Parts: sequence; C-alpha cells; structure tokens
Amino acid sequence: MEKNKADLIVIGAGPGGYVAAIRAAQLGMNVVCIDKRKTLGGTCLNVGCIPSKALLHSSHKYDEAKNHLDSFGIKVNNVELDLSQMMENKDKVVQQLTAGIDYLFNKNKVKRIEGTARLRSSEEVEVNGEVWKAKYILIATGSESASLPGVSINEKNIVSSTGALSLPTTPKELIVIGGGYIGLELGSVWQRLGSKVTVVEYMDRLVPQMDHELGAALQKSLSKQGMTFKLSTQVKDVTEKSNHVLVSIESSKGAEQLEADVVLVSTGRKPYVDDLGLESVGVARNEKGFIVVNQNYETSVSGVFAIGDVIPGPMLAHKAEEEGVAVIETIVGQKGHVNYDTIPSVIYTHPEVASVGKTEEQLKSEERAYKVGKFPFSANSRAKSVGTPEGFVKVLADPLTDLVLGVHIIGPDAGTLIAEAVLAMEFSASSEDIARTCHAHPTLNEAVKEAALAVEERAIHI
Amino acid sequence: MAKATTQNIKVPSLGESITEATIARWLKKKGDPVNLDEPLVEVETDKVTLEISSPATGTLAEITAEEGATVEVDSIVGTVLEGEAKPSSKKEPMKAPVKSEEADHPPLSPAVRKLVEETPVDPNQITGQGKDGRLTKGDVLTFLDQHKVTPSETKTASVEKAVKRQEPDQRVERVPLSKLRQRIAERLKEAQNTAAILTTFNEVDMSQVIRLRSQLKENFEKKHGVKLGFMSFFTKACIVALKEFPAVNAEIDGDELVYKNYYDIGIAVGTPQGLVVPIVRNADQKSFAEIEKDILNLGKKAQEGKLSMSDLQGGTFTISNGGIYGSLMSTPILNPPQSGILGMHKIEQRPMAVDGKVEIRPMMYLALSYDHRIIDGREAVTFLVRVKECLENPERTLLDI
Repeated sequence: MEKNKADLIVIGAGPGGYVAAIRAAQLGMNVVCIDKRKTLGGTCLNVGCIPSKALLHSSHKYDEAKNHLDSFGIKVNNVELDLSQMMENKDKVVQQLTAGIDYLFNKNKVKRIEGTARLRSSEEVEVNGEVWKAKYILIATGSESASLPGVSINEKNIVSSTGALSLPTTPKELIVIGGGYIGLELGSVWQRLGSKVTVVEYMDRLVPQMDHELGAALQKSLSKQGMTFKLSTQVKDVTEKSNHVLVSIESSKGAEQLEADVVLVSTGRKPYVDDLGLESVGVARNEKGFIVVNQNYETSVSGVFAIGDVIPGPMLAHKAEEEGVAVIETIVGQKGHVNYDTIPSVIYTHPEVASVGKTEEQLKSEERAYKVGKFPFSANSRAKSVGTPEGFVKVLADPLTDLVLGVHIIGPDAGTLIAEAVLAMEFSASSEDIARTCHAHPTLNEAVKEAALAVEERAIHI
Repeated sequence: MAKATTQNIKVPSLGESITEATIARWLKKKGDPVNLDEPLVEVETDKVTLEISSPATGTLAEITAEEGATVEVDSIVGTVLEGEAKPSSKKEPMKAPVKSEEADHPPLSPAVRKLVEETPVDPNQITGQGKDGRLTKGDVLTFLDQHKVTPSETKTASVEKAVKRQEPDQRVERVPLSKLRQRIAERLKEAQNTAAILTTFNEVDMSQVIRLRSQLKENFEKKHGVKLGFMSFFTKACIVALKEFPAVNAEIDGDELVYKNYYDIGIAVGTPQGLVVPIVRNADQKSFAEIEKDILNLGKKAQEGKLSMSDLQGGTFTISNGGIYGSLMSTPILNPPQSGILGMHKIEQRPMAVDGKVEIRPMMYLALSYDHRIIDGREAVTFLVRVKECLENPERTLLDI
C-alpha cells in the first residue's frame, strides 16, 4: 500500500463500518477503517446491543433464581446480587467481542486507525493530523442518543443508554423516558435487579412502530412484572435536586411530579456526524440530519458513500450490516441489494418481541386485504414444558396469493424464531409454505408453523 | 464401448398433411438391448398406428417422449447407444438415474409443489416472481386464475371431492380421444358439412353369387391360396357401374369436377382402434384372386395396426360392409373427397315373389350414399341397379357385359 493511500476509507467501525471494511477486503480492496473508540464494534458492541444483552441475561438469571426457580422444584436460599461482578462479566463479553473484530481486521488485512476522522475532500480524510487518500470514502458513523430539549445528560443520575449500562448501584427508583425498545430493555434490567421502574411515553402505546397487538401484550407482561407505565404523557422538565431527579410530567389527567434516583432518557437516537466536515465537502443531509444517499448509498458527493444509522431507515445493527455488504458489492460492480421489507426487529425483553414485514396497522392504512393466523405459546408443548407460555405468533398473509406479508411474535426466544419468518419472506413464501415445512417437535418453532396453518384455519393444536 | 455414439430415434414422415402423432406404446424399456431395425415404439396418427424401428444396434439409452405424448414429425423420441446388443437376461449397464418428470423444473417450495401436482399446470410455463425467479404460490394461483383452471378443485372443494371419489360407482369416465378417433370425427363432420349426401336403396338376390362361390371356392382357394369371398364380386360389380357412371368415381375440387380414370376402391375395415379404409389399388385391372388377396392383406394389417400411410391414401370409391355385424339396412356416410359409397348388409333368407311364385331367396339390401351435388338421382339409382344386376348375374360381370 502506498503511504497514506487506500482504495477505501471507512469511517466508523460499528456493525455497518466493520462489515463493509471486511467485505471490501474480501473483494480485494486496500481498506482503512477509522474509529475514535479504543475498541472496535461501535455503539452496538461497546455500549449498545451486546452489553445490554449481557445485562438482560444476567438480570434474568437473577430474577429467575430469586423468584421462579422454586416453581421448578429448586430451592435457592439467600439469592444475592453482586452488581460489580455482573458488570465485570458484561465488560468481559464486550472486551472479547470487540477484540474479535480486531482479529477479523488482521485476518482480512484491514488497516485500523484510532482517531477522529474528518473529510477534507471527496477523496481525502484527515485523522490524527495525517491525510489519507482513497478512491472511495464510506461514512458509517452511526448514531448517538437524542436527548430532550432542556434535559442535560450527565450519565450519573440523568443517563442515556450508555450510562444505564454501567450504573454503579441499583437505583431504588428509575424513571425511563421513552417506551421504545431501549427504554424497555434497560428498564427491564434494573426492574429485575430491584428498581421500581416507571416508563413515561409520549405516545398512547409502547413500541408504537410495531404491530399494536405486540405492544399491548408486552405492556401487559411488563406490568405484571412490576413496571409502571404512564402513556400519552409528556415530560415537561427534568431537574436534579440534591441526590434526586425530579421529572415533571403532564397528561390529560393533569400535571404531576415524579421523583427518582436515576432517570434514563431513551427518547430515540440521532445520526452522529459531529466534526465530520460534511458541510465543507458538500455532503447533503435531510431536515432530520440524516445523510441523503441514492440507491447505491452514494451521497451528494460522488465517491462518498454512507450506510447505517447515519442514513434514513430503521436504526438497527443488522440493517447497517446488510447495507455495508451491499454498498461494497455495488462499488465493485456487483448487484448489491438490501430488501427493506424483510428486516426484522427484536426487543429483548422477557417475553421477547420480534417482528418482520407489515404490521396490521400498516396493511389497514394501505387498504390492503390480509388474513391473520395466530397461535398462542400456551398451546405449544415446548413453551409449556419450559415454563414460558406467554405470548403468541401472528402471521399475516395475502388472502389471494397467500404471500406472507408480516410475522409478529411475542414470546420465548421470539428474536430467534423470527429468522424462519424472515427467510420465508425473503423467498416470497406463502403461509402454506411455512405450514407444509416440517418443524421439529417439541420446539418453540412449531408455534410459527401452527400460526401459518391458522392462516387457512387449519391449525392442529388449538 | 470406447467409440460408443448415440443415434436419435426420430418420428418418420407420416405422409402428406400429417404433422404429428401420439406415442402409443414403447415396446422396449430404457436400457433394453435393441437390434438395428427392431421395432422400438408404436406411434398412432389420425390414420394409422405404425412402428418406429431402431436406428442402430445397441441399447435403448433414453426415452424422451413418454406414452401418450404428442410428437411431431422429425422430432426425437429417444436415443439408442450404439454397441453390441446385449441379451436381455443380463442386467442393463446403463446407470442413468431413473428420473421422474419432477426433475424437469427448478426446485419448488412446498405449497407450490403441492399446487402444481394437483393441477394440470406445467411450472415451466409460469414466470416466477420470487427470489431468483422462483415460483411463488401466488404466481401459480394467478396463472391458474388467468387460465381459468379452478384452484377450488384443490382447495375448498377438496373434501367434497375426496368423499365423492370414494363412491363405488363412477357414473362417467373421461378418456382422451385417440388421434384416430379425433380424425374420424373430423372427417365425418367434414363430409356432412360439405357434401349433399343422399342415400338410395335396392336389394339384391345373392343366390347366383352364392351358387358360383360354392361351386368354385375349393378350386379357387387351391389355385390362389386365398378364399373366394363376396367382396371381390362386389368390387367388380361396382367397377362395372363406376365405368358406366363416371361421376360416382369423381370428386369436386373447387370449381372443377375431377373425373378419375382409375379405380382405387376403399374397403372399410373395423379395427379395435376404429374404422380404417385401406385401398385396393387399380381394382379394375385386378383379378378376383388379386382383389381377395389385397383385401386379406390389408385387413390383416389393419387388425394389427400396421397399415402404412400409402395403404390409406387416395381411393376413388368406398365399399362398406355393415353386414358382417348384422346390419339389415343403413345409410353409409361419404369418405371425402369421394362422391359415392356402397353399403353392404347382411344376407337374409326372405320370401320373394319370383315369376308369380313365392320363393325363399338369400337377399341383401344395398345402399348407395352419394354426393347429390355432382350425382343426379337418376344416375345414382341406375348405378345401384347396375350393381344389383351384376351381382344377380355374376357371369355378366365376369364377361364384362
């Protein structure tokens, strides 16, 4: 490689950036990947998906040991929480997985630079005082937590998801602002570890972008676990008062003031483009701050591409990964493609929630006819045997062609179960295709098959 | 077998205006040893069933047209791998996998697979909208809808149908028309739609023919190796009448009348596959014995389904004998483009008034159907009278008077 010259510079080593860098290297490009974090993997691996899953799992085990094992005939006395050990485990997982990206970069000969990148021109990037030149530049800088106006996050008692992943002690009371998946997952963690959690949501339902039936079922489950919800409620003010935080809220029922040791602000995320120098090079952004790209992920500046959370679309690691592969394959002349109709989304609460394709609400608003097949986990033998009979699978299909339009699951391992539905939809399967595919017994997946059977009203086990 | 080559088994030319045939029966199985010119497969056209012989000695390597398939002239129905014909007792060495038709199309999803198996659609005819052009259930349903094939057969009505299917007595059975039957139907309708068909009747006293026949039949058979039948008498009698009334031996071609100075007489023969009409060529120049031999050979070929196209084409007049099945009286239908057909019937002992006395005579009704467009009633009636006279006085026929 010529000094400070490459075929491709990737800015950001999150799931979008690192995957793109590896794919480009596989296809024979000289790749440089710049990220300001010490460890690779971006938000997802460092302060997002991975640490939250580690904590969700640990807290679930704690909750299980404390509250549920006795029903299986296991008596455990004096279940105690060692939060620092739990955090240590989480950090270890993060450390191992981010190191894994280092290994992959080495293996694929991707040059990694730690530092903050800034575009100098359509083919030059400045990092650590050096200028790197490349034919193509890929922006994969991701997103950051969006705060509320007038609320300043200190990551101590007014925290973003990042802070909520590393609280030193279990808050007695935690207020979660925003009933999206981040708030519900982290709210679940601390609720299980002993916090009294109140979720304040501006909309009239949880996870409003998901199928409404899922949101309602999830709210019911979480309420049963002890979470409190204040829906259709606006946060007017968040102020610190000695060791406490006061949250002023207002709803149709009137104004109210809540008090908690910690407030988690999880009202969404916004594209992260600070100090990237986009304006100086002329990379256009839309009114919400997302970088505008064409179907080949090329920005308004030729040779500069962007993928992931920094462009419009669902802010999901796996969406960024798909785009990372597609953009590189397109650059080298292949037909890169992302099917945006089959991107699953998962909420890792207990029960889990997973969804792919159209929701009933979307189909209704599109005035599109559909058939529904539903099957509850309470009628699934495996779910019953392992004590997780909550939830259901819902399959939506076209009444004429039987094409699967959407699959929505709330229940045990929903995030794993949804993969079958995604694969089916990617191959334009009909509900009958799923129904006629042999599913092992006894598995949770049988619920997916039964829901598919139910579309044509021939579920066997209900 | 280092230099083994394969030879194609081709559908031969089937005669004018015949472009396709149906595979009736494979006489050999895939992997069977075959010898050069050994019959491999029977194909059925609208007129004949014929055999296609092996183009080489070796092994029947491939069958590409299954029984029932429609094949065109010159198309390939299979291949023979050249080599030594092996005795059939040996296990065939061809290791070609026994593939069903399923292998003809790309892999299908479970619902699509079921659908195409339950409906008469060829998945290759449908354009797939799925990933990489795969067929989706919707593609097939749309195709069925567009082609008016009711998917309900496979769906809602399936239970009803399944129940019905188990009922013991089937009230109807549907069988596809054979090529031969289709062609017969086509030709008969064509005759009725084109010609102005009229039938005239008469009756003939067969005493003299019977007398002559019983008198000469032993000598005749000894000399010619063939039985003396009635057909030769009728053929000869018709030729006398045809010569007298050339319009009955003629045909209409557009605006012209085509008189034929040759007498190719078609003899209608019932076969298991249907009616065929092989031709006795130049019957006017043939002796009784030659005519009888021709009829015997053609009849044998017809029964065996081995008539060739040349046995069937042409023909200027037809004789149809419904009498062998017991018919007393019938109106035969013209064999276009011919203009006349004689119908023979069964011989019956009937009381007849002969010279003022009642006598029992072996009588046969005769019918002549004719195309009234070119044959007048007088001609037709006189033609039939002439046939009658020839048969009642066979010596006249022999002496051509």
